[in-house]
Amino acid sequence: MLPNLPRDEIKDIFRRCLLIRRFEESLIGLHREGGSFGHFHVYIGEEVTGAVAMRMLQPDDKAFTTHRNHGHLLARGADPGRLLAEIMGKATGYNKGKGGTLHALPGELGFLQTSAVVGGVIPLAAGAAYASKQMKKDFVSICLFGDGALEEGAAPETFNIAALWSLPVIFLCENNSLGLGERKSSDYSGSTNAARHLNELVTPYGIPSRVIDGTDAAAVHQAMSEALNRARAGKGPAFIEAQTYRWAGSKPLWPDLLTGITDLTMAWDKGKIPQEHRQWHEKQDPVLRISREILEAGHLSREQILELDSEVRSEIGKGVLFAKESPLPDPQSAFENIFA
Amino acid sequence: MREISYAEAVAEALSEAMENDPRVCLLGSYFFGLSPRRVLMDELKEKFGPSRIQDTPISEIGIAGIGTGAAMAGLRPIVDIATASFIFQAWPQVVNEAANAFYMSGGQTRVPVIFHILHGLRGGGAAQHSHSPQAMLWNAPGLQIMLPTSPADAKGLLRTAIHSDNPTVFVDHSLLFEVKGPVPDGDYRVPFGQGDVKRVGSDVTLVATSYMVQRSLQVAAKLSAEGIQVEVVDPRTLVPLDKETILASVAKTGRVVVVDECHRSCGVAAEISAIIAEEGFSSLKKPIKRVTRADVPVPFSRVLENAIAPTEDKIEAAVRSLVS
Repeated sequence: MLPNLPRDEIKDIFRRCLLIRRFEESLIGLHREGGSFGHFHVYIGEEVTGAVAMRMLQPDDKAFTTHRNHGHLLARGADPGRLLAEIMGKATGYNKGKGGTLHALPGELGFLQTSAVVGGVIPLAAGAAYASKQMKKDFVSICLFGDGALEEGAAPETFNIAALWSLPVIFLCENNSLGLGERKSSDYSGSTNAARHLNELVTPYGIPSRVIDGTDAAAVHQAMSEALNRARAGKGPAFIEAQTYRWAGSKPLWPDLLTGITDLTMAWDKGKIPQEHRQWHEKQDPVLRISREILEAGHLSREQILELDSEVRSEIGKGVLFAKESPLPDPQSAFENIFA
Repeated sequence: MREISYAEAVAEALSEAMENDPRVCLLGSYFFGLSPRRVLMDELKEKFGPSRIQDTPISEIGIAGIGTGAAMAGLRPIVDIATASFIFQAWPQVVNEAANAFYMSGGQTRVPVIFHILHGLRGGGAAQHSHSPQAMLWNAPGLQIMLPTSPADAKGLLRTAIHSDNPTVFVDHSLLFEVKGPVPDGDYRVPFGQGDVKRVGSDVTLVATSYMVQRSLQVAAKLSAEGIQVEVVDPRTLVPLDKETILASVAKTGRVVVVDECHRSCGVAAEISAIIAEEGFSSLKKPIKRVTRADVPVPFSRVLENAIAPTEDKIEAAVRSLVS
């Protein structure tokens, strides 16, 4: 479902989804060409969650993300070129090449830390919320993390404190473990949690929670609205579990375009859907899902969808060029920025 | 100049900082441990209330992370871990989030947080309450480390830390609380990276940190009566470290004992000794001596604790071995 928003806003959400998808596809392509940027994680399959949630934040709101950050950054307005430059270790990257994919941080967009330590950002995000409360500011803090973070001890300590002190923080757990069956030795595991329902982990602390389909734009919008209203009204934290299917291409340790470059015409032409990964193309891919919904609602025509995609791909193409042509950092800059 | 205790100087610095800047707040309130000086914290709590001095659940990783995240968002929190051994519960947030944030963001995220820890042998602390983790912290680039030893230094260094945009670990020692000394009036600060010669001497240099400075001063006073003039150098901060003051003293005396409470291997004394060996070797008349805690978990019984501790007797013996 689409949220009940004007056409322009729906189009903007869609544009952000496409930007993320095309960015990640380009990144995987660059990696296959031999780009050496270390181990990286893509956001394919979770685009709708990030695209809807991040654009609901106010400029002053603080955000904390993880190793799977590209979608969050782009959804909040990060420049694809500077992000890619950072991932490639270039001087023009957001972190001047010091962070890479694991720590990419557009500080000017309200991101305060991108931590690749699982669960690391959970207390940090509550801390920013504490600062808001202490300084009597209006900003809220959003913590983006995966289902694995709930296996870390920092999570329950933070839930307890956030509830005790009524902190304006939103815990947005992106559970991308759906559809993970048997684990192969070369796969990441899914959730390894005794809790049958992850959202129930916050229930004893009195933190309200929602479990939603993370590919359902209306559900993301609704849950985020409730959480933001609650936080801004000083009523304390909220927890959202956005469930998405694990994209086949991120099951191996290195992302691989197993489902191909996304063909948006599959949204209306079932004949184009191959037998392999049929479930993905028909039901699980959030970008195809939102394309279908936008068509059905009459917000955009097929031609307009393809035109928008073409614009996005051109923007990504410029970003790739910028990143490739950007200089590497001066080796001496390794000794800068140790202290403020 | 008026004389006050070390604990009073720390309490004054906290009080003035909270008065002057609404962004300064305390998470945790065991600054003075369970010592009689804890009444100073009671007075501060009375004065500022729970909105500024927040008692916390027993959640070191949560509190360290919340202090760090709050600092990233503009607050200037002082996170009181209290007993230094408990900082291990907070380790991921201190060394992997706070210490790295400014660097790995390419200079974007500032983290003006202070972590306060009470380290060292204090009598009966046994293995799990007696750690001196400053060497481990020194091995995590991005953290400033201050270890005051006098009332004036405590107040002046704490002020510098509160005004700094970097994460700082305040390595404190409960046996310093009753040390008395002159404290200047006004808003003076002790800059980081500026060591202090606590006693001038010409025969042997004692480089000591934290409470070991007090112990070294006792030994120096005793040996002075016998004509052995010991110079006591207090680096005051490990990060940044004032190598010049240490090396200048070694150049003058040619004999050096490094005293520190960390365990011996890879401890603070090991690093300072390595610096002297690398950069001051030509001035040395005798090999460098270290007096440290032994590489043994801390035992409870006082006689056992003393057996592994850097005691005055051991410091004195080390100095004598260099001048005999």
